[in-house]
Order: sequence, then C-alpha cells, then structure tokens
Amino acid sequence: MTKVEAIIQVSKLDAVKNALPEIGVEGMTVFEARGHGRQKGHTEFYRGREYTVDLIPKVKLEMVLADDMVEKAVQAIIASARTGKIGDGKIFLSRTDDAIRIRNEERGNTAL
Amino acid sequence: MRKSLTVCLLVAMVSLFPHCAAQTSSTNTYPSGAKAVSDAQSERIAKLEQAVADAKSSGDNAWMLTSSALVLMMTGPGLALFYGGLVRKKNVLSTMLQSFALMAIVTLLWGLVEYSLAFGSGNSFIGGLHNVFLRGVGAQPDHDYAATIPLQTYMIYQLMFAIITPALISGAFAERMKFSAMVLFMILWSLIVYAPMAHMVWGKGGFLNAALGGRFPTLDFAGGTVVHVTSGVSALVCALYIGRRLGYPKQNMTPHSVVLSFIGACLLWVGWFGFNAGSALSAGSLATSAFVATHFGAASAALGWSAAEWLRNGKPSALGAISGAVAGLVAITPAAGFVSPMSAIVIGLLAGVGCYFMVAKVKMRFGYDDSLDAFGVHGAGGTLGALLTGVFASSTVNPIFKDAQGNTLASGLLEGNAHQLLNQLAGVAIAWGLAIVGTLAILKIVDLTIGLRVKEDDEIQGLDFSQHGEEGYNWEAPE
Repeated sequence: MTKVEAIIQVSKLDAVKNALPEIGVEGMTVFEARGHGRQKGHTEFYRGREYTVDLIPKVKLEMVLADDMVEKAVQAIIASARTGKIGDGKIFLSRTDDAIRIRNEERGNTAL
Repeated sequence: MRKSLTVCLLVAMVSLFPHCAAQTSSTNTYPSGAKAVSDAQSERIAKLEQAVADAKSSGDNAWMLTSSALVLMMTGPGLALFYGGLVRKKNVLSTMLQSFALMAIVTLLWGLVEYSLAFGSGNSFIGGLHNVFLRGVGAQPDHDYAATIPLQTYMIYQLMFAIITPALISGAFAERMKFSAMVLFMILWSLIVYAPMAHMVWGKGGFLNAALGGRFPTLDFAGGTVVHVTSGVSALVCALYIGRRLGYPKQNMTPHSVVLSFIGACLLWVGWFGFNAGSALSAGSLATSAFVATHFGAASAALGWSAAEWLRNGKPSALGAISGAVAGLVAITPAAGFVSPMSAIVIGLLAGVGCYFMVAKVKMRFGYDDSLDAFGVHGAGGTLGALLTGVFASSTVNPIFKDAQGNTLASGLLEGNAHQLLNQLAGVAIAWGLAIVGTLAILKIVDLTIGLRVKEDDEIQGLDFSQHGEEGYNWEAPE
C-alpha cells in the first residue's frame, strides 16, 4: 500500500481529477495549499508599496493506492498536470501500513 | 417667518380699515396698475407668497435631510468598510467598530455640548454655551446659517460631519490602539480640535468665516480645512506619537480584503454628494454646481492615481483607483461650490497624483506608520484642495465676495484676487497648528491616564479578540 501525495498547479486540478478515475483510482482527498519550491514567490503592489508573496496557492491531492496501481497513477498525474514550466509541483510516495474502512472495519487493499 | 407674520398683519389691518387703505392709495404716487389691487387680491398675494416660501423650505429641507443621511452613510458603512478591508483579518471588527462607535459617541456629545461650542454664538474662536442640550435648536431657521431649513436640520447635518472627521483619524493608529483610549481620545479631540475649527470656519463671527465676516475669509465649502486637514494632520501626529505596528515595515501587512475597501470607497463616493452638494444648505443651483464639481474631481483623481501607478509599477490596481477617487473627493471638498467642472478636473488630477506620491514615496522615505494613509490622503489632499480653492474659485460659479454697493468681486487667483491664496494659507496654517498642538496634548493626557497602546501579546493576537472578544470571520462557527 502506497500513499501518493501530489502538489500541483491550481489550474490543473480538473485535468488530474478527471484523469485518475479513468485508470481506476476510486477516491482522493484534495486540499487547498500554499507553498513554494524553486518557483519562489511573486510581488504585489498596495498603494505603491511592494510586497513579496512567498507562498503561492497550490492544490494537494492525497490518495492511498494498492501497489500495482501506483505507477499508473503517477504517470496519469504527470501527463495531466505538466505544463513544462517551473511551478508544476511534485509527487511524493510513501509506504502505508494499513487502511481501515470505518463503516465495516474492512482492512488492507479491500478498504481502499 | 417673522416677515410673513408682518405681511399677514398688514393684510388684516387693511381689511379692517378699508377706507384708510383707499385714502392711502389715492394719495400715493404709484403707477395706476398698482392702485387697482383690491383687498381680496392683496390677501391672495400674501397667501401665495407664503405658499412659495413654504414650498422652497420643504424642498430644501427634503434635500438637507437626504444629505444628512448620505453623510452618515459615509462613516457607516462607507469608511468602516474602506478601512476594515485595509487591515489584517484579525483586526477587521475593531477597525470597523471605531467608526461605528463614533456614530454613537459623537452624537450624544454633539447634543450635550459640542454643537453649542461649534455653532453657538461665542467669540472668534469658539462658540458659547447658549445651545447646550440643544436649547433653542428647533423648527425655526437660523437666518445666518440657513434661512430656509429648520435649525434642527442644520444641526443634524453638521453632526454627521462631526462624526466622520474623528473617524478618519482612526486610520492612522489602526491595529494597535486600545479601544478605551480611542474613546477618550475622540471625545477630547471633538471638543478641543473639531469644535473650535468648525466655529472658526463656519460659525457666527468665526475668525476664518468667509460668509459671515471673518478676519481671514477662508473659502471652505464643505470642510477641506475643518474636516480633512484637521483629521489628516492629527492622524500624522498620532502615527508618530504611538509608533509603528509590531513588525512594520518588515512583516507582510497587505490589506486582507480589497473587496471590502472597494465597496466602502464606492459608498464614500455616493455619500460625498450629500457632503459637498448638501453644503449648499439648499436644493438650488449651487447644490448642483457642487454636485457636478465633486463628481468630476473624483473621476479625474481616480484616473490620476491609476496613471501614476501604471507608469511606476506597470499595472493599474483596484486599490489605487479607489484610493485616487477618495483623494479627489477630499481635495474637491473645499472647492466644490466655488469652482467650475473643468477646474474640478484639474484639482482632482493633481490630488490623485499628489496623494499617490505621498503614500508611495514620502511615507516610505520617512518611515512613519500611518497605517491606512489618513495623512497621505486626507492631510495632503485636504491641504492641496484648500490651497487650490484659492486659485480656482470663480465668482461666476459663486459670487461670494461683494463690495459695499453689492457688486461682485473677484474670488480666486485666476480671477486676479491673489490675496485669496493668502487667506487660504491662513486657514490651512491654523488648521495644521490647532491639529498638531491639540492632538499632542490629548495624546499626552490619554497616555498618562489609561495608556494608548494595547499590550504586545494583544497586538499579535489581534484587536478583535483582545479588545472585543470576537472574530470577524468565524471559520469554526457551527453549520
């Protein structure tokens, strides 16, 4: 079982959200997030005063997948979220020990 | 009213002694047409005259009550939203409440004593105590102030100015002053700075009153010196005395909602028609002229500020456009009612560019934290407007100065009355002086008694919670 965390451009959320069910991903959790990597911030002007906005709005998707799904999901995210410019985001993968469905206490891959 | 009473008495006498009237009319030297006026006709004429006066009075009163409501709308919600949007999220309510609190506090203060100090008969500098508790302020007009509306209408209209003026200052000490200190400061400021300044410029026998024989007749149609210079300069004194907000200027203090400020500024623009056109104190052509000048001034200042910003930053911003409009409205305030629409455009343009320069360059240069630019917009815009009024005032628009024979004299510098610029300068200098000295003294008093600033922890936590125990945006409220 692997947790997939993808931080993507806000404008690419729809494309990614539509691409994942097509390869069989059944659920995801989406967060509105702020942050920066190499892209750094941008500047805004208020009454002539310059402010640097370091943390740029992003969207973070989280899903836990059976291991055989992971690579397909990663490719689907890359294909639908890429613009080729700086600021496209990152994907993190990490091991997850178990999953439990609260309704009926199913465990493991059947709970996903 | 007294005049119409006399007319009625005369009519009654004439109808009681018809032979006397006939005798008089046979011996006078009027042209034959006048002789033919019968008793019934003269009675009808008297009634008609009364009806005409009543109609004018009710028309003027309708406009002045509407204007009063418009000017109140400038403070709440206008200024409250304008300022509320410019502060950080954690201070939105405390900032808005400062404006609202003044709507209540100044109202009571005005009724008890401040009206009398501003508009009661007194000396050249301050009114007396004849009108405390609004004694003698009723349905009868005061012919020196406004002959066609009840004095009570005049009183309530002037009250709305006394509310918004201190509310403007609150922009300078936003996000760091104790609520209790703000209340005491504003009460003292209303009595020590506002009342004398209003009396000098608008009160009977006032030192600077252009309409009622002041020594230095300063043209100030709707309060460029009384409202904007006094509040703006006091704001600067407050910002310097109280000091910067924690973290200023390093920390990011961007406005939390330009949307709120936007709505507030648009309400200010609309309300300003009551402020300026209402200052004609009647619903005639002078009100129209002030209305038009106000609108043109605001529009050209919005464009002026935006253009300056566009050239310097590469983009015109929404906050810039609305700030420019407010700056233009400030600058046209003393001039409306004295200048033509084209002069208003020039005044607005200079104010838009000038105030942008004040907040974007001068404030940065000197490093004071006039948090919401009360000085940069009201102090600078008011001073500029008051001086430019002396340049552009036109006797065609408003023949305010007359010689002993009743001939109209030149008004402003462009008409050849260079002396007026000196009078304007005197008015501005007195407003600056009174604001600086009065505000410093009041700040000292409040500082020594209850203290001006909130504690450091309270400032970090935000004034909404630390001063009022609530939040503007309650994300955890139950659904």
